[in-house]
Amino acid sequence: MIIKAKIIDETGLQRTITRLAHEILERNKGSENIVLVGVRTRGEFLARRILKKIVEIDGNEPNLGILDATLYRDDFRTRLKQPQVSVTDITFDITDKDVILIDDVLYTGRTTRAALDALMDLGRPRTIQFCVLIDRGHREMPIKADFIGKNIPTSLNEEIKVKMKEIDDEDAVFLVEINNERG
Amino acid sequence: MSLKINHLLGLQNIAQSDIQLILDTAVTFREVLERPIKKVPTLKGTTVVNLFYENSTRTRLSFELAEKRLSADMLNFSTSTSSTKKGETFRDTVRNIEAMKIDMIVVRHKSAGVPLYLTRISNASIINAGDGQHEHPTQALLDMYSIREKLGKLKGLKICIVGDIRHSRVALSNIYGLKTMGAEVSVCAPPTMIPRNLETFGVKVYTDIHKATRENDVLNVLRIQLERNAGSSIPSLREYHNYFGITSDVIEKNNKDILILHPGPINRGVEMSSEVADGPYQIILDQVTNGVAIRMAVLYLLGTKN
Repeated sequence: MIIKAKIIDETGLQRTITRLAHEILERNKGSENIVLVGVRTRGEFLARRILKKIVEIDGNEPNLGILDATLYRDDFRTRLKQPQVSVTDITFDITDKDVILIDDVLYTGRTTRAALDALMDLGRPRTIQFCVLIDRGHREMPIKADFIGKNIPTSLNEEIKVKMKEIDDEDAVFLVEINNERG
Repeated sequence: MSLKINHLLGLQNIAQSDIQLILDTAVTFREVLERPIKKVPTLKGTTVVNLFYENSTRTRLSFELAEKRLSADMLNFSTSTSSTKKGETFRDTVRNIEAMKIDMIVVRHKSAGVPLYLTRISNASIINAGDGQHEHPTQALLDMYSIREKLGKLKGLKICIVGDIRHSRVALSNIYGLKTMGAEVSVCAPPTMIPRNLETFGVKVYTDIHKATRENDVLNVLRIQLERNAGSSIPSLREYHNYFGITSDVIEKNNKDILILHPGPINRGVEMSSEVADGPYQIILDQVTNGVAIRMAVLYLLGTKN
């Protein structure tokens, strides 16, 4: 794995999160009806930071939930390694809410498809809006993000590494090169 | 992370990391059971056969529900309505079922070792739902899960299994599993219901229920199994109840922090009084709920393993 470029640094990440929070509030005319749902693992931390920003801007604190979409994946039979499942932690009702689904990287769209199916089993939201930090292209599903931190066109032998202080040692986004096609 | 085992035959030769993984994965499924739609699509296209050669309500319903909630296709087989009555051998029955392209078999049989035999004649993944007086691993796993859920850990806990240890597969699976997880395991029963040389397993033996209650954190109370000829080990059920039955009196005199488990079905007034069975110290119905989550975890971990 070779690091090719640092795309976002710590300050850049803060600015991006601030902008995403503003865009979410603008589109939804405030935070009254929205709930945030982060997709494990880094989507969770991103969602927590966006939530903090929304509280700062709007004063109101929307509900935050964590979604694990592992059980809804489509690649159980083709993967060599069994994925680790974790617990979904959404303790509020999402019915009639505007759900902001948050993930770090949008790539093939398969995780998002799984997350959408998982959300639909929890209730019937009024809308689901999708927020990602990085959109790297190469979609395999008809899925599009509503709020995008940064568009980064990549090749298939590249990968995006999002690092967040909550579990990594720094806040940054890197473009890296990998050897195999689908690491 | 995936399991080292390919079949769940028992807890005798299973790694601590495997038990840990099953217990941790069950937490995920416990959450699924609290949802409005209690179903996930994970085992879509996987076919599971429930091969029950012995009567069962709880275990069988629990496995059926677990399979349905994972979206697996499930078939039920029971001896009373099958070709076994026409004289077909066990081996032929299994080979025929397998020819219908199935992926997993959940088996209960009155003879010990049938699940192991199945792994030799079939390519399916085998889950033991109770074989004779040998093991009942999913029951022990759900007992361990329930204890861990209530008390936060297993390591270092003192857990006493009360009842007909000699005839009980639940007791044996619990002893293996709990010891692997670092708990201190003991048993309490009349000497006629305790297998010889049990101490070689590192299991303490009590013959006084008051002392056992005083010195342990958990009592796992087993049913007196009259169908397995438990009656020949005790003079009468009434006498058993008087000396070994768990009553409010036994608990309140000795240990009010005790946690009471029972795998069901309960013989009220034999191994435990109705007051205890419905009282504040027991988690009997939690065990039943957790049983579905544990079985979902086992089916998921074995069913998606490549």
